Amino acid sequence: MPSVTDWLRGRKRQLERREPGLWVKCPDCGETLYRKDLELNLLVCARCGHHFRMPAVDRIASLIDGEFHEIAADLEPRDPLHWTDVKTYPQKLAADREKSGVIEAVVAGFGSMGGIDVGLAVMDFFFRGGTMGAVVGEKIALLFEESACRGVPAIVCTASGGARMEEGLIALMQMAKTSAALTRLQAARLPYICVLTDPTTGGVSASFAFDADIIIAEPKAVIGFAGRRVIEQTIRQRLPDDFQTAEFLIEHGHADLIVDRHQLKAQLIQLLEIILPGARRREVLA
Amino acid sequence: MNVIVEREKGLLELEQRIGDLKSLSEQHPEASFTSEIRALEEKCASLQREIFGNLTAWQKVHMARHPMRPRATAFIAALDEFVELHGDRAFRDDAAVIGGVGRLGGRRVMVLAQQKGRDTKENVRRNFGMVHPEGYRKGLRLMRMAEKFALPIITYIDTSGADPGIGAEERGQSEAIAQCILQLTKVRVPVVASVIGEGGSGGALAFGVGDRIIMLEHAIFSIASPEGCAAILWKDASKAEEAAARLKLTAGDLKGLGIIDEIVAEPVGGAHRDVESTVASLLREQGRALDALGVLSIERVLEERYAKYRHIGSWQEENERMVRGAT
Repeated sequence: MPSVTDWLRGRKRQLERREPGLWVKCPDCGETLYRKDLELNLLVCARCGHHFRMPAVDRIASLIDGEFHEIAADLEPRDPLHWTDVKTYPQKLAADREKSGVIEAVVAGFGSMGGIDVGLAVMDFFFRGGTMGAVVGEKIALLFEESACRGVPAIVCTASGGARMEEGLIALMQMAKTSAALTRLQAARLPYICVLTDPTTGGVSASFAFDADIIIAEPKAVIGFAGRRVIEQTIRQRLPDDFQTAEFLIEHGHADLIVDRHQLKAQLIQLLEIILPGARRREVLA
Repeated sequence: MNVIVEREKGLLELEQRIGDLKSLSEQHPEASFTSEIRALEEKCASLQREIFGNLTAWQKVHMARHPMRPRATAFIAALDEFVELHGDRAFRDDAAVIGGVGRLGGRRVMVLAQQKGRDTKENVRRNFGMVHPEGYRKGLRLMRMAEKFALPIITYIDTSGADPGIGAEERGQSEAIAQCILQLTKVRVPVVASVIGEGGSGGALAFGVGDRIIMLEHAIFSIASPEGCAAILWKDASKAEEAAARLKLTAGDLKGLGIIDEIVAEPVGGAHRDVESTVASLLREQGRALDALGVLSIERVLEERYAKYRHIGSWQEENERMVRGAT
């Protein structure tokens, strides 16, 4: 089995090959950014602090000390409804795999963070908009169960448009499946921290995301139940710009804190050290 | 316009004429209308078969949304006893949710229901059955009470979805739904959920996780409304009929997928054509489910509930290999 650090590097190389262009424009302040610099800065605009959406692999590399042991890496979705619209569901999946470099919308596994062993799952918005079908539900459920089994805390970084249409009610039922698995972690009195990133809506926000003990949001991330378009159509008026942002969540009491991406790892470690004084520590490798 | 209501029109006219003829023949016993009545009744029966014999998914969507379809209140009214309990103890009482304690055929139960209105006035009060966070939190409060007093939970699901408005977002719609789902996966009493009309998305699922899921024959349960699905996938709500067919949202489809447990047959023409018998059939099925669960230990019920949800869309053997391989 290849070392998992190699796996991470391999995945990163795959991604880099696919990134078009050397320069990126910040959608917030309009600054033109050199892609390499942007990546070194954890995909945060050096001028205005705008947090770009982050591929799962980059997020894992930014949080985990050295090695990451991915679980259920090869799980591929089936096509239970034999879905076809403009394309078949398998064709859509293949295209997203090509585009994102991941084979499903979540990457889950185990590693250490500041020497504390953790289970970590990171959703990838670049794969089917981070939507949750059976594989995403399965991997999240496995993460909770396996974390409970190993006696380690679980951390999930969400980025999702909700449940995946092409898998119908099976996708919706993943809300129940992930919740059921979470009860195992709760019964073991182990912490579950959720990091809400842009965007987190629908079936993911209305299930395991908002069931966390501690809810962290990235600055300005859009987080909510109903999509903005749906609400605007329902009430027939334009919503204020800051509606459903991380800041809106804090104001209304639905998240614990907003954390800048550069401080995220340190903040998670601090929280875990306080909550879990006896957390298993290992020497930091990297 | 509701396609079932449209298709029913001819049928209702025929039935009206049969009724008229019957009362006419009662008033004038000397004149015999027997053959005319029989002919009309045969025509009526064949029209019923034609209209309701093989409903498409789209027609079932409209049957589930039929304005005369029995609401949760029809089923609750048929319980032996029911005391409604109000409010979430934090913000307000959401009339889109009816909750309370009662008896079903002598069995003590906690009842949770999503309730649409029958007319405009009631629909305004009930918000068309679209639940706000405080409605889910009332449900959550009652789920906890059910556990405390060992009351099995029965739920009635009938909503196009959770309320998608500003207030709902401000008060944490996601969290409210998430907490209900989580609570139902672990609550230490049997849970029997029944989809009686529209089971719309996460807002329906908040009361729709249970040891047994029953659906009325023409009820639907879907990841999103067909209109919503068409708007999301194709940016075109007019493709709703196509979406309805693809989503596999009928009771038959969902039983085939192993997501629901029982289908309760409806009278020809749908539940609204004979509310009393529909109510009786569903209550009987709920009672059977409660009795079957009642003989098991709660540990066994919880184990089976866990396995039931854990296995929807699962790859168990492959997983065990992959998880082990990583350690």
